[in-house]
Amino acid sequence: MRLPIPAKAPPARTEQIILFRVSGQLFAISSASVQEVRSVDTLAGAAREIAQAGLRKVRHIVQRGEHSLYVVNGAMHFGLPPFAPALVFVLRRTRTALLVDGIEKMTTMTRLQALPQAFCNDERDWYRGVTAIDQTVVPVVKPEGFLTPDELFLLDSSLEPKDSRVEHNDSVGAPPSAFEGGSFRSPDTTDPASLPQ
Amino acid sequence: MSPQTDSESFVLLRLAERRFAVAAGDIAELVAPSRVFCFPHQTKEIEGVILRRGRIVPVCDVAARLIGKSLLSRRFYLIAQRRYANGTEWIALPVTGDCELIFAEMIPASEADLPHVSGWLSHAGDVIEVLNLNALTPGPTAANLLAPVAALHQEVLS
Repeated sequence: MRLPIPAKAPPARTEQIILFRVSGQLFAISSASVQEVRSVDTLAGAAREIAQAGLRKVRHIVQRGEHSLYVVNGAMHFGLPPFAPALVFVLRRTRTALLVDGIEKMTTMTRLQALPQAFCNDERDWYRGVTAIDQTVVPVVKPEGFLTPDELFLLDSSLEPKDSRVEHNDSVGAPPSAFEGGSFRSPDTTDPASLPQ
Repeated sequence: MSPQTDSESFVLLRLAERRFAVAAGDIAELVAPSRVFCFPHQTKEIEGVILRRGRIVPVCDVAARLIGKSLLSRRFYLIAQRRYANGTEWIALPVTGDCELIFAEMIPASEADLPHVSGWLSHAGDVIEVLNLNALTPGPTAANLLAPVAALHQEVLS
């Protein structure tokens, strides 16, 4: 009698993720969502300060060809204490460059659990879900969740009427700002590692 | 019909000096406290999540709402099923003492009762609130319910 050949389980599909910290808190992001990882220093020359963004978590913009990337302070986005970020993640298919403390490690996840429905506020836009890595629960961030369409509209609007702003700008004649000088540092800080809050 | 037939089963839980009841059918298990993992969120009723049988279970301290103060110590987590429009999920309720399975007849809540009270029962000389977990614990708003059902289900990458 011929025994049936046992069906082979399909190979586990995994997703490569980057574990990173913001203000000491651990998060995960799909590595496919990260287009570039740069040190804050290398971005400094390319970043301009946004004078009146109206959004505290975004203080700088980076021009990339025709596109502009908004630099999002991860700690402010998540409501965490201020920190001195060392890295910037340029997120693919978004207009977000995310300031983070640093990378913990790269690893793979085999299972992503949807965020429990008991979580019912903004976090639903922040996270794709949660995963367990090394017996620790880590939220997996949603790259497009750092800036909502309304926030992008607000930021774009703050950049648009340049001509009219020059006429009404109180800072005309004032010393060059970080926006003009291209410095990525906050004007009132002397610590190269610190970033605009 | 005998009184026994009319009885339903409930789990009595203790929060400090008070006892409350939950329909036994809504209870999954009673577990010892384990590490609570916290990450940023804006649902103030949820203090974090625990890992239980491979699931990530939110911890909801209902004491503040029921007895007016948060629990300083906890003895167990009562893992209950919370119903949503798209199904049920586990939620962990910290409790301060042993839980007890009882059979009793529930008097349904009246309009005057708070939304989290689904009824009342009498047990050992006490009148005990039967909790409506759907009203007591946080859940999606009507807007969130419009999200695709698939997005709310567990995504397994294998």
